[in-house]
Amino acid sequence: MAHFPSATADPPAVEAVDLVKVFAKGNVRALDGVSLQVAPGTVLGLLGPNGAGKTTVVRILSTILAPDGGRAAVLGHDVVGEADTVRQLIGLAGQSATVDENLTGRENLRMVGRLSHMAMRLTLERADALLEEFGLAEAANRPLKTYSGGMRRRLDLAAALVSRPPVLFLDEPTTGLDPQSRQDLWAVIEELVRAGTTVLLTTQYLEEADRLAQRVVVVDHGRVIAEGTPSELKADLGATVIEITLADPAAAAEAATLLGPQGTKEPTVDGSTVELTVEDGPRVAAEALRRLDQQEVTVVGLVLREPSLDDVFLSLTGHRAETTPTPATDGTIGDGRQPVVAGREPR
Amino acid sequence: MTVSAATLAPDRAVRPSAGRLRWALADAMTVTWRNLINYTRIPDAIFFSSIQPIMFVLLFRYVFGGAIHVPGTTYVNYLIAGVYVQTVMFGAVSTSVGLAEDLHKGLIERFRALPMARSAVLAGRTTADMVRNVGVLALITGVGYLVGFRIQTNAGEFVAGLLLVLLFAYALSWGFAIIGLSASNSETAQLAAFPVLFPLTFASSAFVPVTSMPGWLQAFAVHQPVSQLVDAMRQLMLGGHSALWSTSNVWQALAWAVGLLVVLAPLAVLRYRRAA
Repeated sequence: MAHFPSATADPPAVEAVDLVKVFAKGNVRALDGVSLQVAPGTVLGLLGPNGAGKTTVVRILSTILAPDGGRAAVLGHDVVGEADTVRQLIGLAGQSATVDENLTGRENLRMVGRLSHMAMRLTLERADALLEEFGLAEAANRPLKTYSGGMRRRLDLAAALVSRPPVLFLDEPTTGLDPQSRQDLWAVIEELVRAGTTVLLTTQYLEEADRLAQRVVVVDHGRVIAEGTPSELKADLGATVIEITLADPAAAAEAATLLGPQGTKEPTVDGSTVELTVEDGPRVAAEALRRLDQQEVTVVGLVLREPSLDDVFLSLTGHRAETTPTPATDGTIGDGRQPVVAGREPR
Repeated sequence: MTVSAATLAPDRAVRPSAGRLRWALADAMTVTWRNLINYTRIPDAIFFSSIQPIMFVLLFRYVFGGAIHVPGTTYVNYLIAGVYVQTVMFGAVSTSVGLAEDLHKGLIERFRALPMARSAVLAGRTTADMVRNVGVLALITGVGYLVGFRIQTNAGEFVAGLLLVLLFAYALSWGFAIIGLSASNSETAQLAAFPVLFPLTFASSAFVPVTSMPGWLQAFAVHQPVSQLVDAMRQLMLGGHSALWSTSNVWQALAWAVGLLVVLAPLAVLRYRRAA
């Protein structure tokens, strides 16, 4: 058995250079020169709305799809020329690759292990250990169609881990999951990285990238539009958005003038709603209410939210990410959770 | 959930790609195993796909049996070969539907990212469908015996006939794999199969002697592969005492089966490589 030396000169574990993919159907230029690098033992978050090209990047890196231009390599192995070697080094989980819902959890892991050419004994050993640690031991002998959404995602991830791949691709691993299941999966991913795994994950949630990723690449319409650490990206954005709804547009204009100096940029007025981008959300919100009250301007509604992916796009490109649904106006002060959006990118 | 680093530590071992053929066989077996488990997990599908050949045997035996006269043998003896062939022909639809489902549900995506042999998905599907056909043929034989069917030759020739039917069905599976990989969903995959199946199965000697058909149809019915296969089966289980079938049917049916396999299997593999 050949062993790869653990990265001494730290070449990237995953590297993509100028990837281009054109889908003949509909003549869609899904990727238009995407380049990225993932350092060994780190997490790269690939952020973007539906249809941005995130899944296409993952499909090319995991050898499912050949690029029309550019090149990509995993641990130094070309994804086209050395696809067989790459397949032994990667694990893939998420929306684009599923498991068999008529098989039990254990049978699914066994199938994937055997198809990864592992010995039966080792496959079963690892399958049982993974089922145990992912809290699926009791459900191990039940067909997957009886699993909850969170259990399925964990099993899906376990299937990608049976061969203990050094590089893991996770395609929107938590889309559609409830908050608790999402936290659970995040904990597992953090543990994987601590054990030395390199992870590339795609997500629509800034919060997820913020929690897991050391670096973030933002894509839109098949191009990279921003890159950096999560804090760098957020610094570019301003921290929090305060939305204040007033009785009528005239009152909104008055409020905008009154609160303008509090924001990091010019407040925007939409009908009777004022949107203010600020550094310190709760403090400024309280201050704003006080000032409006002093001037006897009646406040009808107030929403405080963390910058959403839409804000990233508004800030980076000047246009809203028109393929994503309207951003959260969930009304709960201080809750920056993103809306849960289920959906697949076009193939 | 508690997760320990020991379970998750990455394994950078690259397993040797030597012994390709051995892995191709092992992978095909794993996929076959998975497909067979799938059959057992949908018991109602097994039930209804068993009901169909039983109904064909009983209906044709008792409803049409009195009306259709076959020179040289009883109608039930004539009928069974037709039901064998008709059932495996229509059963091949499950190859299309199964592959279309795997493709559109995303299972094949996962397979493509695994170091498994590229041929295993198709080989595993067609092999599982062949195993199922063995069960179906046994069922028809059993029901046939209950309603008066008797082998007129010997066990060896009879088994040779069944193997010929299985080989033909296996070749056909590869053709239906192409339909399954090309269809936009599993429903379309199912519908797309019928325009092929109906004329081939019913404009044949499966249920009635072709001599009862109008001349233009007879020309097609006599020479098409399904008639060859049905008459080959009759030759092997009823013997060569009829003007309707002969040993030449056996050789022609075998040639069709091998020919279809040689043409359809590579085409299906080509289609699989291109299916996104």
